[in-house]
Amino acid sequence: MSLPAAELSRARYGGRARYGREALHAEWTKLRTVASTGWLLLGAAVLTVAVSTAADAGATCLSTGCQADPAKLSLTGVQAGQAIVVIIAVLVVSNEYSTGMIRITLTAMPRRLTVLAAKAVLVAGLVLVAGAVAALESVLAGRLILPGPVLRAASGSVLYLVLIALLSLGIATAVRESAVAIGLVLGLLYVFPVVTSVAGNQHWQRHLEQIGPMTAGLYIQATANLGSLPLTPWQGLGVLALWAAGALIIGALIFRFRDA
Amino acid sequence: MTTITPYRSTARDPRDGFGQLLHAEWTKFRTVRGWVIGMILAVLVTAGLGVLIARTTVPSCSSQSSSGQQGPVQHGAACGQPSYTVGSGGVLVQDEFYFVRQPLAGNGSITVRVTSLTGLGSEQINGQPAGSLLVPWSKAGIVIKDGTSQGSAYAAMMVTGGNGVRLQWNYTGDTPGIPGAVSAASPRWLRLTRDGDMVTGYDSADGTHWTRVGSVALAGLPSTVQAGLFVTSPLYTTYSSSFGVGNGSSSSTEATGVFDHVSRTGTWPASAWTGDDVGAGNLGVAQVPGYHQVAGRFTVSGSGDIAPLIAGPLNHGPSITVRDFLLGTFAGLIAVAVVAAMFMTAEYRRGLIRTTLAASPDRGRVLAAKAIVIGAAAFAAGLAAAAGAVLIGTHVARSGGSDLFPEPWPTELRIIAGTAAVIAVAAVFTLAIATMVRRSATAILIVIVTIVIPFVLSAPPGIPASLTDWLMRITPAAAFALQQPAPQYYQVQANYMTSSGYFPLAPWGGFAVLCGWTALALILAVYLLRRRDA
Repeated sequence: MSLPAAELSRARYGGRARYGREALHAEWTKLRTVASTGWLLLGAAVLTVAVSTAADAGATCLSTGCQADPAKLSLTGVQAGQAIVVIIAVLVVSNEYSTGMIRITLTAMPRRLTVLAAKAVLVAGLVLVAGAVAALESVLAGRLILPGPVLRAASGSVLYLVLIALLSLGIATAVRESAVAIGLVLGLLYVFPVVTSVAGNQHWQRHLEQIGPMTAGLYIQATANLGSLPLTPWQGLGVLALWAAGALIIGALIFRFRDA
Repeated sequence: MTTITPYRSTARDPRDGFGQLLHAEWTKFRTVRGWVIGMILAVLVTAGLGVLIARTTVPSCSSQSSSGQQGPVQHGAACGQPSYTVGSGGVLVQDEFYFVRQPLAGNGSITVRVTSLTGLGSEQINGQPAGSLLVPWSKAGIVIKDGTSQGSAYAAMMVTGGNGVRLQWNYTGDTPGIPGAVSAASPRWLRLTRDGDMVTGYDSADGTHWTRVGSVALAGLPSTVQAGLFVTSPLYTTYSSSFGVGNGSSSSTEATGVFDHVSRTGTWPASAWTGDDVGAGNLGVAQVPGYHQVAGRFTVSGSGDIAPLIAGPLNHGPSITVRDFLLGTFAGLIAVAVVAAMFMTAEYRRGLIRTTLAASPDRGRVLAAKAIVIGAAAFAAGLAAAAGAVLIGTHVARSGGSDLFPEPWPTELRIIAGTAAVIAVAAVFTLAIATMVRRSATAILIVIVTIVIPFVLSAPPGIPASLTDWLMRITPAAAFALQQPAPQYYQVQANYMTSSGYFPLAPWGGFAVLCGWTALALILAVYLLRRRDA
């Protein structure tokens, strides 16, 4: 009589913690041995710093008073870098489906939620590192002093990128196809700022900005006129966290109960 | 020895025809449920966002200002439809000037010499004190006009602050005359002659050698018109945009013109001149509009403009245009691009490409058939999406009392059909890119970076105008110029930034940029498809 695969692997590896470690190790090996991961992470950091520096250089402050928020301005690049972060996170899942690798993965690791959790932890870690480098460089390029609200804006921008990655991972797990996932995530991110850019009605504008993952999440970069924001910076990041959590839960449920 | 020739039918295989190939590709397209859903989603998202945006433009009727933008002038009541003057050409116009007039019965002419045009700024410019400020399109000259009501037909000869002598008529017409500034040392002589519906303008530097600047027909001009001297001076406006901040400020100005050698021919029944501040002018200028006359020398001061109203934020005209309702096009375009990319990459993923190419070995024809099918499907989806966004959006905005620019129907048709054409050609562009790179993620990334991101950047204020102008000239997103809702008038200084719906390229010129990129991508795609193993 043969044991089911799950019990077999548990018998061999012993314990849930050990299993999780193995899953992390396996996912890490997959990620690190694909050339595109490193290039995309580098690209995300470089694009963020480049656009931030361009924004610093392009900003013109009239003598009558500078209305721009210097911390937010120095972190403008995050809005461009996030597009590459989306692609990194989507490809972590969808590449497995496009190559059929997912069947081997799930044969070796039948606990699907552990596989997804391992992917989430690794993507979050990688984006955290790349984002921290990019945010630090951006702030330094803007010649800003780090402590105080600027530190909150910079570290919050890193968390913003991590949450964007988790949101992308959840959506990619749900839809599997990379093109569909990238289209969905970028559409979701950009639709709110585009719609609110023309909203003449302040009531609608505030509400749309409050619920948009990108508009609300980027409140974390604000260091001036905090009173005029529809949400506090951390509440804004919380809205994005809710989006990411929702996407991950839906992705996990679909991943758990659907045939691979 | 006998040679054996294998049997070859002389009849043409009916399945070899291009029609059959088209039919095969159409069958592939319509039988994949996800792709059809993707196209329907594109329509629903674009039209739905259009209606949502239209809803957000409806003023909230609260005690607060309904707009977060710093507009120069708030027309009308906070909750009602603002009222605008409709000009004789059917466009919305501003018609405010100081008019020193007499009725002219039947045909006749008026001639004057202008010796000076000076300007005065109001105190509102960046906190600077009021001072001498002559804006380039301040105007002083002579005019023949249907009457004194705003928006009526006219033809005028004028000297301007920075654009020399001009003949202007019916708000949008403009012909240049003698260039250069006017002064006592180099005065300008102006003449207008009325003959039936025709009004002819002449200019001269010395009063003896006259040049005909142009003749214009003012249809339905009554037999008795108002003719005389006028002066007006538009708002002084400055716009700035850097990352995150878009700003505009404007303040009123006043101009003063000095006229002499006034001579007239024809029948002028009134005995004296009448001064009229048509449209009541602007407030906030130190001097009061008016005129005085000393020994045949007229000094006239006025403020305002005789020109079309410019639509868009920070401008004088309606701030909302149907282009705003089409900002959701980018989301529909993403959906269509995803379908177009997968229409090709799915063949590689499933190995279907080998069957396709075995059945139809001419690879160029296969790509052509695919392009026609996806282009036609995208055009149909784009047409439904754009028509839904524009027509339903207009209805919602109108019934809610939004400050909506009235679109002439030919422009509205161009915007709707143009949006469909942009989506169709962008789908073919995506198909060609997908053929080259074979991976849908890469193809979508390229399309999003080259079309969607430039479009998204062009929408909100606060992106440097130089950057968006540059993107909207060279990237395939230039084709969105087809969505330009209102013409740009060089004779009116206004906010013509891309974020307000004024594109750097002409509508069909921008579309040609997209078509050029698509042709290039298709040529490369055919080359690679023929050369590579499938």
